Amino acid sequence: MTAKVPETPASAAEISALAARAKSVRRACLQSIATLGIGHVGGSMSVVEILVALYFRHLRLDPADSKAADRDWFVLSKGHAGPALYATLAEKGYLPKELLSTLNKGGTSLPSHADRKLTPGVDMSTGSLGQGFSAATGIALGLRLDGPRSDGSTKRCWVIIGDGESDEGQVWEAASFAAHYGLDNLIAFTDANKFQIDGSTEAVMNLRDLCAKWEAFGWKALRVDGHDFAALDRAILAAKTEKGRPVMIILDTIKAKGVPALEGRAESHNAPFTAVEMAAVDAASGEALHG
Amino acid sequence: MADRELRAVYAQKLVALAARDPRVCVLEADLAKATGTGPFAAAYPERFFNVGVAEANLVGVASGLSATGRKPFAATFGCFASRRAFDQFFLSANYAGLEVVLVGTDPGVTAAYNGGTHMPLEDLALMRTVPGLAIVEPADPTSLEAAITLALERKGCTYLRLQRKSAPELYQANEHFEFGKAKLLRRGKDVTLVALGALMVAEARKAAETLAAEGIEATLVDAFTLAPLDGKLLLELAGETRRMVSCENHRVTGGLGSALAELLAEAGVPARLARIGVAADLFGEVGTQDWLAEHFGLTAPHIAAAARDLVK
Ligand SMILES: Cc1ncc(C[n+]2csc(CCOP(=O)(O)OP(=O)(O)O)c2C)c(N)n1
Ligand SMILES: [Mg+2]
Repeated sequence: MTAKVPETPASAAEISALAARAKSVRRACLQSIATLGIGHVGGSMSVVEILVALYFRHLRLDPADSKAADRDWFVLSKGHAGPALYATLAEKGYLPKELLSTLNKGGTSLPSHADRKLTPGVDMSTGSLGQGFSAATGIALGLRLDGPRSDGSTKRCWVIIGDGESDEGQVWEAASFAAHYGLDNLIAFTDANKFQIDGSTEAVMNLRDLCAKWEAFGWKALRVDGHDFAALDRAILAAKTEKGRPVMIILDTIKAKGVPALEGRAESHNAPFTAVEMAAVDAASGEALHG
Repeated sequence: MADRELRAVYAQKLVALAARDPRVCVLEADLAKATGTGPFAAAYPERFFNVGVAEANLVGVASGLSATGRKPFAATFGCFASRRAFDQFFLSANYAGLEVVLVGTDPGVTAAYNGGTHMPLEDLALMRTVPGLAIVEPADPTSLEAAITLALERKGCTYLRLQRKSAPELYQANEHFEFGKAKLLRRGKDVTLVALGALMVAEARKAAETLAAEGIEATLVDAFTLAPLDGKLLLELAGETRRMVSCENHRVTGGLGSALAELLAEAGVPARLARIGVAADLFGEVGTQDWLAEHFGLTAPHIAAAARDLVK
């Protein structure tokens, strides 16, 4: 059985507890990448706050039973941010924290891109951009067919896509579909960190007004600071009250947030990151490097 | 028994299965009229979803539905099911370990008036590279019904290659089918004809009769599934007749002929192989099905000629 989630805005104390979680997840994620020496630092760091907000406040979950029939589902469509998801799942108790050091090593259960067959708590295999979002609409449809939980609450599917990922045609096929079928149990986020592999999203493929686009596709669209827990909390609570249409929350984020040397740089996408860089991050955040 | 329209069989069978299995869902991409799934939409509107002209999303939604425990049957023309949505079917459905039945209609020359753009002559080749995927092309209404039931019960994905038009009954209603088990339709000592699908099994059958009239005794096999392939039976027959002709409504590259070549070569069976199918260097074209089948050399006389060449 999954635990109930709060329906009222987070208190100041709850917000600072979430911030502390984010600090821990961010460090664990970077540490796992540093063990390997390279990884998707930028896109992992920009989603830490939203992952913490979801896993530590808004998803109906049971970490002891990752397949609980009454759970909410989560799809990381930008599957290359797997390291951030694994650090969050470990923080939440789905995985032993020691496992994080196996990231991307041969035979690991924590591959670069999220994989439902390998990792407890991962609901969909992703990595080919655009596909996870499309599958998430199918999951939301399936959950609606299941009907509500015994307490009357709605089973939801939550999904995160990238801004670069939004270039994919399949995203917009699925956008039409979710609106056409009125999937109001689907709450989506765009990690608008302004960068993709080859440069800024503006230079590579200008997305223009994302909110207007999602509204035009029949969604409710919101835009918030993706690193501000209070703002995230308000947006998510508002999204849960929406009836008859899915909701897209555009997250204004900073790629590689928390890694000063890489913040807001295209080079942060798949960057070398070793104990040296880890030490610099720790120094900047005023923390001692442990081992 | 009278011929039955295969697309009608597809819809009726799904309606029947949906009555006892709540997991059954049907998905279409603006070709429900072509696939003929109207009766399903009428009987189970809450389990019928049209995604519009969006094949990538068709497979994505089907994968998501499967993740939540449904058994989606998603259909579109075979050209788009394979060429356009291959990455989606490969990753979201197969790699993810889900249970999607992807139905590719109008295989090969049966695409007829839709022409070269719509003619799937490579869908089998593409699908054969997907680990663990079952690939089935039924040869008659009864084996189509069996294929649908087997796909529903299967743990894993299935590619169902569906010819829509009518086909005569080859099998008794109580015939037993299994994925990976070919059907022996006729036994002869001189050559083995291995055919896949309604069109080619019918042509190979006619060829076997022509050959018999000339004193050449052909064994005839309905392969039923291309994957898993019934390697055991096929190697046995190759050993007996030492000559084999593959008959497929598909390009000769990558499909049934290629699968048999791999099988024979690896087993070291000293048998000669001739491949009937669309030549490797040709795209599809427009025309009637009969004209195209003749044009591309898929008909009984071409099969008989290939067999004769091997025997003499
Ligand atoms: C279909 C597909 N094409 C290309 C890639 C390679 N790729 C991985 S990440 C990426 C850029 C994605 O940009 P964005 O969605 O903005 O990711 P983020 O900035 O959050 O890391 C690309 C092109 C892929 N994974 N999938
Ligand atoms: Mg980005």
